[in-house]
Amino acid sequence: MLPDPALEARAREIGRALRCVVCQNQSIDDSSAEVAHDMRRAVRERLAAGDSDAAVFAFMTARYGDYVLLKPPFKTGTLVLWLGGPLVLLLAGGGLLLAARKRRPPPPPAPLSEEERARLDSLLGPRHSVAPHDHEMSATVWRGPSR
Amino acid sequence: MNRALFLLPLLMLAVLAGFFGWSLLSGRDPASIGSAMVNRPAPALPFAEPRLKAGKPVLVNFFASWCTPCLAEHPLFMRLKEREGATIVGIAWKDKPEAARAWLAKLGDPYARVGFDQDGKVGLDWGLSGVPETYLIDAQGVVRLHFRGPLTERDLAAILPLLRGGS
Repeated sequence: MLPDPALEARAREIGRALRCVVCQNQSIDDSSAEVAHDMRRAVRERLAAGDSDAAVFAFMTARYGDYVLLKPPFKTGTLVLWLGGPLVLLLAGGGLLLAARKRRPPPPPAPLSEEERARLDSLLGPRHSVAPHDHEMSATVWRGPSR
Repeated sequence: MNRALFLLPLLMLAVLAGFFGWSLLSGRDPASIGSAMVNRPAPALPFAEPRLKAGKPVLVNFFASWCTPCLAEHPLFMRLKEREGATIVGIAWKDKPEAARAWLAKLGDPYARVGFDQDGKVGLDWGLSGVPETYLIDAQGVVRLHFRGPLTERDLAAILPLLRGGS
């Protein structure tokens, strides 16, 4: 704990962004590991010595590499990490759009020929005779199971 | 074109399977946090003369009397000292000096020098994550290898050529 509350707040902020090196995915602020304790103390020492936040992060990455940063830096080695997700999303979106454009609504069925109409009439009997221009048979033929 | 699209899931499966297969077979350790120390000048040691004297390769081993894996790797360091004539510097990390000395008196002392890092500040400068960890410093004082965890027989394949060739 630093006596200056502003410095202590900065130390907390930095501590939350630094990854404990022995506990996979905990910040040094959350971890009770020995090393995390040492790192918290080092952060406060650097801040008390007048370091900027960036200098403290540089101090840590010089010792533990980018691994200590819970938010990885944007650089060549991390391009896939940063851009991979959005890229896959774009590709999938583009593919979907393309597929949606290709899929036109199916053309309406060809109207019944005279022959077919006559056959249909004979099959259904006189009561159900289909109106001459009615291509849609559904309403006439199928009245639903309940009624 | 449309037909080829049906192969896409299969292709993705093949890519994933390839990656997983490579991960399993290449011996890649996903839990490894790597080291920022390799190929950089060795940090200071807790001695009056904090920089290692150049001239021959040196092993720097962080250990503690309370650490069980250190006990496991201890015979290997005895052997490196006796058979290879290796110069090994031991740093007792977060350990009472008397406890570390008693530990070495009981088991044998493979170290040319023993330093003490009771508050872990030296370890921090070395990018230490715990004990045991071992560094190989070449004759020019540059860190060449960094092992996290106990040294094993298998690590000798990397250590011995540098240890023998560098003097």
